Amino acid sequence: MDSLSHLADGFSVALTFQNLGLALLGCFLGTIIGALPGLGPSNGVAILIPLVFSLGLPATPALILLTSVYYGAMYGGRISSILLNIPGDEPALMTTLDGYPMARKGQAGEALALSGLASFFGAFFATWGLVFLAPQLVKVALLFGTAEYFALFVLAFATLGGLTSRNQAKSAFAAALGLAIAMVGVDGQTGVPRFTFGEVHLYDGIDFLVAIVGLFALSEVFIFLEHRGDDQAGGKVKLGRIIPPMEMINKVWGTMSRSTVLGFIAGVLPGAGASLGSFIAYSIEKKLSDKNGTFGTGDPRGVAAPEAGNNAAAGGALVPMLALGVPGSGTTAVLLAMLLALNITPGPLLFQNNPDVVWGLIAALFIANFMLLALNIPMVSIFVRILTIPTNYLMPAVAMISFVGIYGISGSTFDLMVMIAFGVLGWILRKLDVPLVPIILGVLLGDQMEKNLRRTMTISDGDLWALVASPLSIGLWTLAVVGFILPILVGRYFRPKIADRPEMEGADPD
Amino acid sequence: MSGKSDRLLGIAGILLAALMVWRATLIQESFIQDPLGPKAFPIVIAIVIAIASAYIIFRPDEEPLWPPFGRLAEIGLAVVAMVLYAQFLPIAGFVVATAFASTYLTWRLGTPPIRAVVAGIVTSVGIYAVFHLILGLSLARGPWGF
Repeated sequence: MDSLSHLADGFSVALTFQNLGLALLGCFLGTIIGALPGLGPSNGVAILIPLVFSLGLPATPALILLTSVYYGAMYGGRISSILLNIPGDEPALMTTLDGYPMARKGQAGEALALSGLASFFGAFFATWGLVFLAPQLVKVALLFGTAEYFALFVLAFATLGGLTSRNQAKSAFAAALGLAIAMVGVDGQTGVPRFTFGEVHLYDGIDFLVAIVGLFALSEVFIFLEHRGDDQAGGKVKLGRIIPPMEMINKVWGTMSRSTVLGFIAGVLPGAGASLGSFIAYSIEKKLSDKNGTFGTGDPRGVAAPEAGNNAAAGGALVPMLALGVPGSGTTAVLLAMLLALNITPGPLLFQNNPDVVWGLIAALFIANFMLLALNIPMVSIFVRILTIPTNYLMPAVAMISFVGIYGISGSTFDLMVMIAFGVLGWILRKLDVPLVPIILGVLLGDQMEKNLRRTMTISDGDLWALVASPLSIGLWTLAVVGFILPILVGRYFRPKIADRPEMEGADPD
Repeated sequence: MSGKSDRLLGIAGILLAALMVWRATLIQESFIQDPLGPKAFPIVIAIVIAIASAYIIFRPDEEPLWPPFGRLAEIGLAVVAMVLYAQFLPIAGFVVATAFASTYLTWRLGTPPIRAVVAGIVTSVGIYAVFHLILGLSLARGPWGF
């Protein structure tokens, strides 16, 4: 049990006074970020990365802080789903189906506590899954050469649109656009500038943090300006009792276990993030246990299933991200950005060379989970109060903090202008239903993808067949092709109907 | 006509792809060489963009719900405000520039003017206090030292 001894080392890293404090802070901030409509795990973490980066925290504490925010946001998303019928983020979409009816029946407190418990259950066991599965995947990844890595990147892009993709052409367009952005700057292999148009500022390339904050956070501000005053969340909901009766909890153990397994699998597979995890968990649970037609009218199991599912998926999504360095969803793409900003390249070598970072991080996830359970059940009324901050005060602050973060990295006005441009681009693309996550992933991985391709060619002296010379790479290419074509055939059966509502346009990706 | 926006997107994509190929052929080769060189990968990407764009042109989605002109202008003005903010930040300093910018945004998001001014100043000073005074982040320094 190599993993367990590593994990014990990880706890010794994470259990310092400073790191515990950062985890607590991260959990608190994360829950708020998740709860506020319009701020979700992706753009919340995106805004915080440059800030943490400019504060100059060392890698491990910074990681602990930001992953706590990530897990916290996953917990927080359910609060506005249940109380206001507005999902705080996309994965919490399914929670509105039974959560809001429960709140209407005066059981808001119970729904919140139950979903908090389900979130804990899902995340806790998914983190154990991560502990045991990631090292196995690392063993496979160590067999990868440059050709296999190139194929793996292709696989990641091909499946990123996901099973729920509406339009694969737009996913491909977005991925290629991201890769194109990554090409700007001096070519790392030969030292010649590319696509810089003689602009000195572009020689370093476009900082991925600038792109992420622009695309995710600023575009959100534009969306709010567009919809100002359209739908004000109405009506206060009474919390009711905060501790659900044991009877209700006992009814959902089975639900939570099934949903956790499904969510975890959905998270590990490429091209499926937390949204799909919660969707599958809810639909399967409905098929299995909805005998009296109570789902959709405030059934506690309908609250527990998606929450266990999406938190388990959030944990599962970390497996490919940490072990291979290839994220499968929006938030893990942002987490990859965080690692790259701290100069850590995830992948098998990270497990070998910096086990303290990996296992410290995983230990922090466990700690954050317990903190979140403690924060979310007894103290939920604090977060409920924060929800009442009107967006017209909140969004300007979000915009200004985005500027602070980016300015803090480089102190350059040029970067701010690029960020604004990305904000506008993000808004237009969201209107046109072009997914933003592939763009981010392209910007993040473009460099490495090209490097692996060119190294393969250097080794084989220009023979293109070297790309498909091993069974492993042939397998990856096959998966990539299947993963790209499959959604065109079966996508509509896996897409939650309500995700097609117009108001979900370009909602915060999971 | 339905799908006009998507067709425009597709056309923009094709133009972008063409621009990429053109600029890629202009890349100066260096004396360090590898078999593939610095041009091949960008050209492959440009081809992917072109194919995806062509597909979008021929099979456009339904027209999205564009906001009425007033709201578009609103977004345009917000962009102008942000650009001005970025330009004035190093000149006027963080606190002053931010107070103006966030007052503007708060006002445009539907707050009465006087409350917006108060909120803008509070936001600006609040961020300055938290990020500069407590966390020690370096923010743009104006002529008055803040």
